[in-house]
Amino acid sequence: MSHVTIRRRGRARELRRAAPFVLPFLVLFVVVYLIPAGYSVVQSFFAVKRSGLGLGGAETVFAGLDNYTRVFHDGEFLGSLGRVAFIGLIQVPVMLGIALILALLIDSSVSAGRKFFRVAYFLPYGLPGVIAALVWSFLYAPTLSPVTRLFASMGIHVSFVTDGALPFSIANILTWAWTGYNTILIYSALQAIPEETMEAAALDGCSGWKAALLIKVPLIRPALLLTLVFSIIGTAQLYNEPVTMKAVAPNLPSTYTPIMAALRSLSSNDFNYAAAQSVVLGAVICVLSVLVFRASARSVES
Amino acid sequence: MTTTLQTPAPTEPVVTATRRRRPRTSPLTTVNPATRLLVLLVMSLFAVYFLVPVWWLVVSATKGQGELFSGNGFWFGGHFALVDNVQTLFRAQGGIYSRWLLNSLMYAVGGGIVSTLLASMCGYALAKFSFPGREAVFGTVLAAVLLPAPVLAIPLYLVFSYTGTVNTFWAVFIPSIVSPFGVYLSRIYAASSVPDQLIEAGRLDGAGEFRIFTIGVRLMAPAMVTIFLFQFVAIWTNFLLPSLMLADTSLQPVTVGLVSWRELQGYPISYTTVVTGALVSVIPVVAMFLSLQSFWSKGLATGAVK
Repeated sequence: MSHVTIRRRGRARELRRAAPFVLPFLVLFVVVYLIPAGYSVVQSFFAVKRSGLGLGGAETVFAGLDNYTRVFHDGEFLGSLGRVAFIGLIQVPVMLGIALILALLIDSSVSAGRKFFRVAYFLPYGLPGVIAALVWSFLYAPTLSPVTRLFASMGIHVSFVTDGALPFSIANILTWAWTGYNTILIYSALQAIPEETMEAAALDGCSGWKAALLIKVPLIRPALLLTLVFSIIGTAQLYNEPVTMKAVAPNLPSTYTPIMAALRSLSSNDFNYAAAQSVVLGAVICVLSVLVFRASARSVES
Repeated sequence: MTTTLQTPAPTEPVVTATRRRRPRTSPLTTVNPATRLLVLLVMSLFAVYFLVPVWWLVVSATKGQGELFSGNGFWFGGHFALVDNVQTLFRAQGGIYSRWLLNSLMYAVGGGIVSTLLASMCGYALAKFSFPGREAVFGTVLAAVLLPAPVLAIPLYLVFSYTGTVNTFWAVFIPSIVSPFGVYLSRIYAASSVPDQLIEAGRLDGAGEFRIFTIGVRLMAPAMVTIFLFQFVAIWTNFLLPSLMLADTSLQPVTVGLVSWRELQGYPISYTTVVTGALVSVIPVVAMFLSLQSFWSKGLATGAVK
């Protein structure tokens, strides 16, 4: 028996061994991920054509790139992408900046009561997305909000739900809900920096803020990168907060975010177009993630 | 962000446990009291920001009907009506709230357990058997970690409505039992914590592969607890998928139910009832965190370390 056959037999045996472990997950993975993704891509190339006055029934015909042309001429969808990009651009840096500072402070030798702060910062994560948005919807409600009332008693009139204020109100919910989670992730990375590294730095006269910025931050770059990628993905798929905010902000358009826009196509039975919108959104998110990873890999090399 | 943002960070396990707690005061640095005070002040300010909405929720759930929007929003009202509010909550619309809680529990506990089991089996095999196609499977699963669930919700709806499974228990349960992140975590964890000798010794003793797995899986316990916890929270907090799939209110989880109550704008379900419902719906998540705290903080820590 040649060496190759033995190897091949060995690999076949490994496959027989692995199959019962891998297949249950793999079959479901195909059902839940690959088939829907593939089905949407296929559907996005078709369109429903109604004949005559719509009395003759409808038939599905191949439409080529028509749905995609429509996506890129759809002012509402493009507007929703722009809105989400705007919210992301202001919210993600603010949130990660706060998270980094808080993590460094908890980690630093200066802070007292770090256990309390860790729990306090992480608490919002225990409130599910929709429930957090629900709570904030009460705090924002123009006539009912205790915050608005508090300001009014001081003679200041504020509204959180005007068109101009909405992106910031939504950004605030996101920051409130996710800063603590990111703080804990960054803090965990900081905890893994060996004590000797910081001692050596201190002996060289580098301590306090200087040590934090020059030594700790570069060392935890992988953790910072991950929080960045997941925050970008998170903003692109914005849905829960604006939908819940609609209860207090009737002026909020039903195509406020890309997912909301795709859902509206779905509810108006425009399935093929909804599929195309989903595919475009998924592609945008993938490209963004890859770009961030690339850029960071380059900055590490240099 | 949607809870589902929470594709948790992919991780590298800490194989060599080199983590050390820095002493609170380093002998090499002296910090002047003014700095110390400033730091404490900044940290306390943020603590207030994070705690105030939670405090408002707790206080509001104790107020009598009609007290919610009068007086000081951030302090207790005239009388303590928490018990009344909870009773009203569970009686509203023929007790639908307890049905929603039960649904959420079934989706989150059932989905959490099954997904953890499937993911750890797959991750174990990916780590321990060098079968052909292994890297292709792993690569595909890894790519899926970056594909956010809400983007997939509409494609899932299209497929499920094609097969006629929309508006059934399975429409929400089946997507909940697939955790690509779980496979990723358990592969890495199994590779570093289940020794090859254990598997070889088991085979020499004539044990079947599943028998060996049941022994190896104990070494993977911390990773499994982490997967379960993340999956539990992700399912419990999921809103888009169930609101899309389930029109039947008796199948909906508590998140979907509460938002539908909120949209009634106070009648016939009062805001006090909605707020109380929100508070009660958070309790299982908090309980889960507390009960698995020691495991979980370790798991999350492995999540960010590189």
